[in-house]
Amino acid sequence: MSAKDDILARVREALRVPAPRPGDHGDGATAHADTPPSHKAREYLPPAAESFDEQVAQFSANATALRAGFHVCNGQDELLRRLTELRDAESWKRVASHASSLTDAACAALRLPVLKTDAGYDVHALETCDVGITGCDALVAQTGSVLVTTRSAGGRALSILPPHHVVLARKDQLVRDLPAAFELLKRNYGSDYPSMISFITGPSRTGDIERILVLGAHGPKRLTIFLV
Amino acid sequence: MSAPVQQFKSQADVVSRDLRHREFIQTALNNYAVVRDKNRNAFRNYPAARQAAAETKWEAIHHLDRHLEQLATRLEARGTHVHWASTGEQARDIILDIIRRKNARSIIKSKAMTSEEIHLNEALEREGFEVVESDLGEFIVQLRKETPYHIVFPAMHLRRGEIRDLFNRELNSGSTEDPEELTMVARRVLRQKYIQADIGFTGANFAIAETGMISITENEGNARLTAALPKTMVTLLGIEKVLPRLEDLALFLPLLATSGTGQPLTCYNTLYGGPRRPAEPDGPEEYHVVLLDNRRTQILADPEQRDALHCIRCGACLNVCPIFRNVGGHTYGTTYSGPIGSVITPHLRGLQEWKHLSYSSSLCGACTETCPVKIDLAHHLLQNRRNATQQKPSWPWKIGFKLMNFVFKRPALYWFVPKLGRIGQALHPIVKGTRLDPAYAWTRSRETPRIARQTFREWWRGRG
Repeated sequence: MSAKDDILARVREALRVPAPRPGDHGDGATAHADTPPSHKAREYLPPAAESFDEQVAQFSANATALRAGFHVCNGQDELLRRLTELRDAESWKRVASHASSLTDAACAALRLPVLKTDAGYDVHALETCDVGITGCDALVAQTGSVLVTTRSAGGRALSILPPHHVVLARKDQLVRDLPAAFELLKRNYGSDYPSMISFITGPSRTGDIERILVLGAHGPKRLTIFLV
Repeated sequence: MSAPVQQFKSQADVVSRDLRHREFIQTALNNYAVVRDKNRNAFRNYPAARQAAAETKWEAIHHLDRHLEQLATRLEARGTHVHWASTGEQARDIILDIIRRKNARSIIKSKAMTSEEIHLNEALEREGFEVVESDLGEFIVQLRKETPYHIVFPAMHLRRGEIRDLFNRELNSGSTEDPEELTMVARRVLRQKYIQADIGFTGANFAIAETGMISITENEGNARLTAALPKTMVTLLGIEKVLPRLEDLALFLPLLATSGTGQPLTCYNTLYGGPRRPAEPDGPEEYHVVLLDNRRTQILADPEQRDALHCIRCGACLNVCPIFRNVGGHTYGTTYSGPIGSVITPHLRGLQEWKHLSYSSSLCGACTETCPVKIDLAHHLLQNRRNATQQKPSWPWKIGFKLMNFVFKRPALYWFVPKLGRIGQALHPIVKGTRLDPAYAWTRSRETPRIARQTFREWWRGRG
């Protein structure tokens, strides 16, 4: 027998004696619904804002608490203006990005050497870039998270390797909470999921030295999100 | 006394007398408690969230065979190699085999308690491979050749000055004790390791049966890099990590963050379903998932304690445990410390040799109360005590109960015993706290309660 068969046989043998459900005391008094408990998640999870404006406000408050930058832009012109300001303030020399309408426009406006990751790249070259500019799948108002996948953010490394991660999100990408984000993943990808899906909640951090917060442990020191 | 008992007793003695250490640990854990409570209170209904989590894990474990098969099938459908390991040795052999086949030299690791459990680093280093821990806390304890102090905060026992000295000695960093500067030293050193590493090794927090994905929670981004740069990726996880559905994470990710570190959500929560896909620009060419039993099925076979497999390794029970807070993490001598470690270690490594951990409990129940998936830890400690005694009663236990039985059946003797006790207690100060004291084990560090001046029967007779 293979180890797989061994393990599954031990599991099945062990499960022949049932264990009581949580909160059951053997008297059958606890009723259990047939729907999975996570389907009622919104009844107990931290509250999420309803309207678009409230969601923007909630995302903004979360981003501030997480020490991420968040800017709402009225149109592409404002986005490009703010990006060039950021370029000058941080004196970027090289930019890494991937192909998409929003990121292409941003890279063109920055007028800097651009490394596009779409068709493969040299990791040493990516290492020299000052910023990674990516799209995303969604922004989650409830938690202040950016949802990225290998498809929406130019692969696995672009959103984690450069010291500054800039996210360009469209207004229709703002979702209210985590259950909505998982619904969106199922709807958009179904049976053909990207090989990596990541919820990014603030810039990289650690508290491993005396529980003191330090940003930029391994991933980006800075995270800036533009909502266009 | 077996070696683990001796080790526990002597180290508990040393650490609990080190008031500076205790204060340092307790200050850190008290700060954790403040942010944990703040985030628990942010839930609309935290008790309902706990109940839902407990029921979801119950469902996951109740159909563990089905969920494991589903997980493996879905992972394999996207080109992941799924391996099954009954024991730690099998898991080590599988991982060594992958490394040899890839002609790999260096392995970069993100945090994985399962790899501590199977002593993977030692096995790999013995074979001449370079293994580097990338989580900052793990990197620090690896440089010190120590095991993690805590399952979530591996280096919480060290002060910044000690870490500065360590980095100056081992890395020639010449840095000050500023935590930011020290973090940047580790970042620089480890960046190069990532780029050179042949294999990226990770643990896992959850495995989604429905979609065939591994979920990894972290703050630093080290697991993200581990999964992005090396050509081969290996994930080792216990078979109990499964969750039935993708959307279960909408509950479990905030719950883990709240209980684990007191954050609303951990910085990176990432799902991996397989190697790099054809249209993707990067990621590993090969992805291996190793499913580890290592006597977890023994816990499964005990319906009374089966819920110990619901554990999401958040460490919340360690943080509130008065024993952990005073004797510290290394005293346990186990991979998993604190209440959850005391419950499962006897299953994983032998009841008789590790039963002493179930006695190192004040039975206050703080662990049961804080557990986000409602594992009844305090009662499991009692069950371990019962099981150990039933399996192999000790002679003081046997004689003690025989004696008690003898006395309780004889009213005259029962009347006499407290009198004798009072005489004994009056004479006690002569030897109290010295080696001649028959109660030395107790009195060398504690007070004995005074026997009441009046017995209940005396009071009853004289109540007027």
